[in-house]
Amino acid sequence: MKAFRMFSRNVRDSFNSVFRNFSLSLASISCITITLIVVAIFVILSYNVNNFTKLVEKDVTIVAFLDVDIKEEQIKELEEKIKRVAHVDHYTFESKQEIAESMMKGNETFKNIMGSWTDEENPLNPTFRIKATDIEQVEGVAKKVAKMEGVSEVKWGQDMINSLITVFDVVRKICAGTVIALILVTAFLISNTIKITIVSRRREIEIMRLVGASNTNIKIPFVLEGLFLGILGAILPIVATIYGYSTLYHNFKGQLFSPFIRLVRPEPFIYWISLLLLVIGILVGMFGSWRAVRKHLKI
Amino acid sequence: MELIRLRNVKKRYKTGVVAIQDLNLKIKKGEFVFVIGSTGCGKSTLIKMLYREEKPTSGQILVGGLDVGKLRNSKVYKLRRKIGVVFQDFKLLNKKTVYENVAFALEIFGAPKDEIHTKVLKVLELVGLKHKAKSYPNELSGGEQQRVAIARAIINGPKLLICDEPTGNLDEVTSMEIMSVLSEISKMGTTIIMVTHDTEIVNKMKKRVIVLDSGRILKDYAEGEYHHEGI
Repeated sequence: MKAFRMFSRNVRDSFNSVFRNFSLSLASISCITITLIVVAIFVILSYNVNNFTKLVEKDVTIVAFLDVDIKEEQIKELEEKIKRVAHVDHYTFESKQEIAESMMKGNETFKNIMGSWTDEENPLNPTFRIKATDIEQVEGVAKKVAKMEGVSEVKWGQDMINSLITVFDVVRKICAGTVIALILVTAFLISNTIKITIVSRRREIEIMRLVGASNTNIKIPFVLEGLFLGILGAILPIVATIYGYSTLYHNFKGQLFSPFIRLVRPEPFIYWISLLLLVIGILVGMFGSWRAVRKHLKI
Repeated sequence: MELIRLRNVKKRYKTGVVAIQDLNLKIKKGEFVFVIGSTGCGKSTLIKMLYREEKPTSGQILVGGLDVGKLRNSKVYKLRRKIGVVFQDFKLLNKKTVYENVAFALEIFGAPKDEIHTKVLKVLELVGLKHKAKSYPNELSGGEQQRVAIARAIINGPKLLICDEPTGNLDEVTSMEIMSVLSEISKMGTTIIMVTHDTEIVNKMKKRVIVLDSGRILKDYAEGEYHHEGI
């Protein structure tokens, strides 16, 4: 009961203090707001890049063309070998006939020509379509398959994938690095802003100590104040994320430039981002003020 | 019963200044003691050590059985809750009302609201400021502000009230008002130690007087013995 009473008093006092020292609070709040907006942008960007990478990864297929005159048993052997290659997710096999049939389905000319082919006359290569477990493994798998006996050629869009991997990786690293750096810088900035608040309230702290407040008594209101600053600082970025991203998504109809680059659906994505922003805001605010108070209590 | 006991206390500041040396002192419960002396005689240092704003370099200081010199920074509050301190510059929070300033000293213990309300009004009545409960410190006169500070200092019912030049900023009439409030508090059994420059007050009060000079006790007058002859 006593603890609850003290806690609710602390909450009240910290809340009042945010408004009584409004100009300084505003400095901290805008500091948190700006950072959280940038954090939101980067998190959204890197999440989208991640999502897009996954979509591309799903689409990358290694196509292994086999020799035209390959025997049934050799195909079986090859299948066994492919199964055993590391990082192969799954594969499908298409025989000469199956390829011819699928080509004939959509096209009358093909039908006329191919319809009369016997097995020996069919010049098409039987193929394995192989999916690797992830995009970075595609090249390795493709090379291994290419060396196998009975495989005449392997195709997998080498150049595009290689450059995509590099670009995605760089974008992801930059985003992660920036977010971490920003969070650290903000914690430091908040700490300094709250330090100014505390210096301007030295008298209050001195009097608190004088009338018998313990260090914890003194610290809690300031740390709670940091928490409030964090929450207040997160409001604008959260609103901006929820409305901004939804609007962006609907304006672009869920894709960027081409249907190939699809955006992450806003729900529940934006709510997760909002929660993340709130948590970062609170932690940064609390940590900043805790750090500042700790420095100033060695009276 | 003694409330304060100093044994061979020495205080040397980092600058090399020796403010107090070889000081032995006993103060009994319920006493009213003036500490006087010229500027730089060590009287401020003496009382600062009593409420553990400063630590003695050597020697022992006992306040209500608590070894003040050995108290760590994080435990100072334990001492402060047992004593009240009043300063020349009042040390009130200008953004809080009179009521809030006084209630502040109880809130940090987590006292219930009703208890705070009763105690604050009672103590404000004692210092004659019940009608100003909702005013802010800067709306009050110096004497009134000092009475608020006294109210805050005694609200926890401390055994010891330390006053560092409480009348230093006040005119003669107001000073005497403050002294009569302190007399009232003294009558209730609180030990009071007051540092002052004002010999007029010391003459009128006829209490025990300790005269300090260069960090030593020059003279210790018992109640009624001291009389300062004006120049």
